[in-house]
Amino acid sequence: MDLSYTPAEEEFRARLREWLAKVLPSLPPKPSPDDWPGRRAYDLGWQRMLYDAGYADVHWDASPTTRLIFLEETEKAGAPYVGANFVGLLHAGPTIAAEGSAGQRARWLPPILRGEEIWCQGFSEPEAGSDLASLRTRARRDGDAYVVTGSKIWTSHAEVADWCELLVRTDAQAPKHRGISWLAMPMDAPGVTVRPLRTLAGSTEFAEVFLDEVRVPVANRVGEENDGWRVTMVTLSFERGTAFVGEVVACRRVLGEIAREARANGRWDDSGVRRRLGRLNAEFRALWRLTQWNVSEGEASGGVPGVGGSVFKLRYSRARQELYDVAAEVLGADALDLERGWVLDRLSSLSYTIAAGTSEIQRNIVGERILGLPKG
Amino acid sequence: MRFQLTADQRALRDGVRDVVARIFGREALWNAVDRGGGLDRGWWRELGAAGFFSLRLSEAEGGVGLGVPEAVLVFEEAGRALLPGPLVATHLAAGVVPGAATGEVVVTAVGGGGLVEWLEEADVVVGEVRGAVALRSVDPLTPLHRVPGADPSAGLDDLFVLLTAAEQLGTAVRACEAAVQHARTREQFGRPVGAFQAVKHLCAELLVRVEVARAAVYAAAVTVDPVDIAAARLLADEAAVRGARDCLQVHGGMGFTWEADVHLCLKRAWVRAERGGSITESEDLLARELLIEAG
Repeated sequence: MDLSYTPAEEEFRARLREWLAKVLPSLPPKPSPDDWPGRRAYDLGWQRMLYDAGYADVHWDASPTTRLIFLEETEKAGAPYVGANFVGLLHAGPTIAAEGSAGQRARWLPPILRGEEIWCQGFSEPEAGSDLASLRTRARRDGDAYVVTGSKIWTSHAEVADWCELLVRTDAQAPKHRGISWLAMPMDAPGVTVRPLRTLAGSTEFAEVFLDEVRVPVANRVGEENDGWRVTMVTLSFERGTAFVGEVVACRRVLGEIAREARANGRWDDSGVRRRLGRLNAEFRALWRLTQWNVSEGEASGGVPGVGGSVFKLRYSRARQELYDVAAEVLGADALDLERGWVLDRLSSLSYTIAAGTSEIQRNIVGERILGLPKG
Repeated sequence: MRFQLTADQRALRDGVRDVVARIFGREALWNAVDRGGGLDRGWWRELGAAGFFSLRLSEAEGGVGLGVPEAVLVFEEAGRALLPGPLVATHLAAGVVPGAATGEVVVTAVGGGGLVEWLEEADVVVGEVRGAVALRSVDPLTPLHRVPGADPSAGLDDLFVLLTAAEQLGTAVRACEAAVQHARTREQFGRPVGAFQAVKHLCAELLVRVEVARAAVYAAAVTVDPVDIAAARLLADEAAVRGARDCLQVHGGMGFTWEADVHLCLKRAWVRAERGGSITESEDLLARELLIEAG
């Protein structure tokens, strides 16, 4: 058991820190959450800066420990998060890298890294959310194209995406996990309609996507026809394994800010508030240690994160909600003012126990795949 | 950074698990319960011979020369086996109190809440126990005295708290294993109860608490930082106490009987949570650290 870093890793950290200190002051101001063209330009611009500085592929090529250092330092420095590049960098990119042909990798990976193309995720459907295998969007083969009809929902970044990692049913007769394929669909193809959805936080974080006889070249299929479920499981293990690392660092920073606010406004004198803050400090310290544990385990086993990500997500998603509940307790009546910091974050945190597989689904995964309990 | 057990650490854990299973398996556990809590000096010496108490002493001092992380792994196994006795106090006395390292001498200490375990069986007591009053201990395997007016956290050094947390982690592991074992085999309505989500989800949360506590306890063993230890302690207490309660729930009516092991886990977890000192103080330490870190 070792928590120290190698000289090479420390050197990477120092170099990154220095670079961040140099470039962050020159960044343009962050666009508002609803300014989608602005967000696209901002997030792609940041990715381009990473590319020029040699950090673009840190999520793919670097060792897990180096990636951990990258996420820790960028978050501590207040650098932009992956934002609209999320799906490309953390889902579609790694999936194409692992499962795509040489031609597919050459076509899609460089523009993700250079900050030129945005991806969105077309997995969930109105009738099939966490029960992903029940998806109904169908793709009929017509010459060298699939003709796709159906609809997707909860599609983050759909309004500004160039590509969609799309799950479609290519064999309606096969058992439900078997007849699915993974396609890269251009978002400007005729027949694609995007309708933004408004979240309970008032923002347009995601959209509904309607697909009406959309032609997607067969060459855009990643993996074999009807093998999309397995390809998807590769994607989801990335999602649950590494997607929240930077956020844990962010939560620890926010917790410190909440403590300072409590001291400033007198809530600190309430021992109940202090105890809750202390408990959350224990919680986020432990989640950071669990992150280091999982990363070390991934490093030892060769990269693809295991189901341990479900353990992490279950606890993290709850802790994040408790964090902003404590913030509300510290804010008092101000917690009802949308202009105050943390209030929108509190609303956003409500999605964490639902998105990327609900807590109930995660408990099934832990119960069945880790503990070996029988399926219900 | 390799925050994983090394091959040597895994070997040590497995070796300790074997020794503990041999000298204190389920039968020995229940014999001890039936005996009414007497301490078996025979296997206490066996623990000593296996290096349980001298683990961190240098080889020149007759020890094994290992560190805090290894001690934590060993105490986790002790907690998993529900090994009784003032293990932490005797381990910490090795090298200080003659005979403690080899298990010839039993050492106890005043813990949190002014509690003293195994006072009548101990040869040496660390701390002031004048006027100690016997309690009717809730845990059949931990006789307790209480020192009136004792400072609730006096004499509680960080290692005492950390090794107690390691024992809590081990007991949480045992509760999780017992719950899963029961959920896999006990059938109701024609299927194993673990197939029902309500039961499956209790088991999943048991494991989540174990894994979070494990990361915290192991990290605290590496850093030996007081704030890390306070965090580890809170999470390990939670994993053991909540874990035993959920394990009891998974067992249904059987869980409420004396003959099921579950209550032994829960009662020991309660004793250790108290022995580790005031929970409020740990929470307060962690809260204050937020301000220090933030500047």
